[in-house]
Amino acid sequence: MAVTATTPTADDIMLDASGMPLKQALAIAERNKRRKALIMALPLLAFILVSFIFPIIQMLFRSIDNPAIHDNIPNLSREIQDWDERAIPDEALFAILADDLRAAGKLKNQGKVATRLNYDITGSRSMITQTARKLKKKTEGPYKDWFIGLNEKWGEMRTWVALKKASQKYTASFYLNSIDMRYSETGKIVAQPEERQIYLTLFWRTFYISIAITLICVFLAYPISFLMATLPVRTSNMLMILVLLPFWTSLLVRTTSWIVLLQTQGTLNDLMVYFGFIDDENRIQMIYNMTGTIVAMSHILLPFMVLPLYSVMKTIPPSYMRAARSLGANQAYAFYKIYLPLTIPGVAAGSILVFILSVGYYITPALVGGRTGQLISNFIAFHMQKSLNWGLAAALGGVLLAAILLIYLAYNRIIGIDKMKMG
Amino acid sequence: MIDTNDPLVRFIGVQKSYDGEILVVKDFNLDIARGEFLTMLGPSGSGKTTCLMMLAGFEPTTHGDIMLDGKPINNVAPHKRGIGMVFQNYALFPHMSVAENLAFPLEVRGMGKAETEEKVNRALDMVQLGGFGHRRPAQLSGGQQQRVAVARALVFDPQLVLMDEPLGALDKQLREQMQYEIKHIHERLGVTVVYVTHDQSEALTMSNRIAVFEDGIVQQLAAPADLYEKPDNAFVAQFIGENNRLNGIVKEISDDTATVELDSGDMVTAVRINVSQVGERSTLSLRPERVQVNADSTDFNNIFDATVRELIYLGDHIRTRVNVCGNDEFIIKVPNSSNVAHMSEGETIKIGWKTNDCRALDFYEGL
Ligand SMILES: Nc1ncnc2c1ncn2[C@@H]1O[C@H](COP(=O)(O)OP(=O)(O)OP(=O)(O)O)[C@@H](O)[C@H]1O
Ligand SMILES: [Mg+2]
Repeated sequence: MAVTATTPTADDIMLDASGMPLKQALAIAERNKRRKALIMALPLLAFILVSFIFPIIQMLFRSIDNPAIHDNIPNLSREIQDWDERAIPDEALFAILADDLRAAGKLKNQGKVATRLNYDITGSRSMITQTARKLKKKTEGPYKDWFIGLNEKWGEMRTWVALKKASQKYTASFYLNSIDMRYSETGKIVAQPEERQIYLTLFWRTFYISIAITLICVFLAYPISFLMATLPVRTSNMLMILVLLPFWTSLLVRTTSWIVLLQTQGTLNDLMVYFGFIDDENRIQMIYNMTGTIVAMSHILLPFMVLPLYSVMKTIPPSYMRAARSLGANQAYAFYKIYLPLTIPGVAAGSILVFILSVGYYITPALVGGRTGQLISNFIAFHMQKSLNWGLAAALGGVLLAAILLIYLAYNRIIGIDKMKMG
Repeated sequence: MIDTNDPLVRFIGVQKSYDGEILVVKDFNLDIARGEFLTMLGPSGSGKTTCLMMLAGFEPTTHGDIMLDGKPINNVAPHKRGIGMVFQNYALFPHMSVAENLAFPLEVRGMGKAETEEKVNRALDMVQLGGFGHRRPAQLSGGQQQRVAVARALVFDPQLVLMDEPLGALDKQLREQMQYEIKHIHERLGVTVVYVTHDQSEALTMSNRIAVFEDGIVQQLAAPADLYEKPDNAFVAQFIGENNRLNGIVKEISDDTATVELDSGDMVTAVRINVSQVGERSTLSLRPERVQVNADSTDFNNIFDATVRELIYLGDHIRTRVNVCGNDEFIIKVPNSSNVAHMSEGETIKIGWKTNDCRALDFYEGL
């Protein structure tokens, strides 16, 4: 008899004890398990949502949000979008502006408008405040000539182009700023003038300082982790304490010690002068510059490299190296072919940890970085606290976030995040 | 078959201490013949692994020489000794496929691609794993990993292979199967094998000769049958196989027999092995299967009354515990054949053994 049916028939479906199809019974059991897991994770989920996800979304929103002009002179902001940018607007638009500015002045909001426009056209702050002040007395039109008479900038095209762009509810100008671009007077995207280009340099510096710190950490952590994984427990515990020491010392003590050691009149320079390596006049500047940032941050981030490396090395039995030796490989070859590949997950985990931490590091560069050791996060902090340009701070943060996500994705593609061992 | 005149490996007065206080290996002398399968057997902590590690070059000797092929190798680095090794946990490189694992020793030696591939395939066939070359070690069962480890230790044609409890992690059935496979590979290739185990049945099954270890000293080096039938001392008798012990004092001594008065007052004649003078304390050793139930005095010159304490039915034989000559732990293996009379617990029976099956050895203090 020929067997033709290959698809399962009703008889093939497995039933459980109560007669329910087995697949269905399994699905129900799995669903209950998932629900239980979800309930257990719920408090943490809620916490992360409130304290992490929500602020990030809000920050990202701030980087494109542009309410200062849009909300305070609403009528003009709406009408100016229809303006064709060919000639100075006509009397009608001036009249709307006058009414809006007068209303804003009553609510004392003209300052916000002025500050916002000033980001795009320097010197336009006084123009707005002055106009708003004078408008209190002038209650009737015609306005156009009066405006231009008051401040000749009202008769310039670039003022109006800027105002049109700046009055949109959402703007890309913070992001443009954060990568050293801007809207030109004719509304095109152009590079910032040379003397105002700072952020790309900073991103680039942050990137390569982080790479340098990561490499230094790998270089320092690998041998020490190896020792810790192979030495008797008592000795390796001692080493572990030494490695974890920077975690336990207060930030100020740590930083002060670096200053004591590294400053031009500090211990290290004194020693080098004493032993005649350098002249007294040529003492080396090792702190308040990039060197200071790199040294101090490598010290602080070293444990993040040692711990994953150590935990990976701990799991490699010594018999692997012995096997390689007995098979004819000398020490170096056995290390290169057997030990090193087995520790790559640890190196990778430590590297991505140290790299991401140093990209976002703020306090150490602020304390010992001087001018040349400042990183992008120091400027984000500056815009948050000093210049109060939160939009720009948010945009810089957004760019940083995107860059890290990109690196993470690339890393996942090349090495695979599942191969990574955190310990 | 074994020619001990031209040994491949010689341990000469080797001592080893890890901490400078205790000698783990006290005075180790051993000649390993070419082509033999020699097993080091001994209780845990007796220094077997240590000896193997010294031979492989992973531990320095504290004193004494190890000769390989007539040359001292104390100062030869491990990778230059050309000794294959199978580790207890297999030590297969987890990031390499099975084929890459096998190719490793060949690549190290600079062998060409085609030749390497051919040798790897031949080695895989030898352990019946042809077609498994692309797999990772983690994708193999324990027994398969074990075979790969054996193949890897043999693929570069070493003259000597060391195996340190290679079957320790396998279940009983698989272990027995692997014992035969390793044995057959050894016979086919003629390679010298030094094998470490603390499982005596494994040692008896596989070896040409067995070196019984205790306390860092070789207690006896002999073929399996000799070790079982003719133990040199009480430790070996006790360690290999099941053994009944009777303690007493030597009363009479001749060239090859000794008469011993047991602590219970009974007199037993035994083969004289390890006793030198009258008045000395001695332990008599007697295998359970050499004791006859309902013995008559024409064949057996040692006959005693025994009380049956316990009967354990084991299919092919009945394990019988009796009290005889003051020893309550005396074991007899009664074959389960049709002409054996039925026994019951508490019954008194007559048991006997021949002088030749009972050996008078040094006094054994252990339990
Ligand atoms: N690296 C070491 N450092 C210090 N002592 C050690 C070391 N290796 C082994 N020893 C000691 O040496 C003695 C012999 O150890 P060894 O490993 O040779 O025993 P073994 O016969 O192989 O035992 P087992 O059957 O349990 O494997 C033990 O008492 C052990 O504690
Ligand atoms: Mg051992």
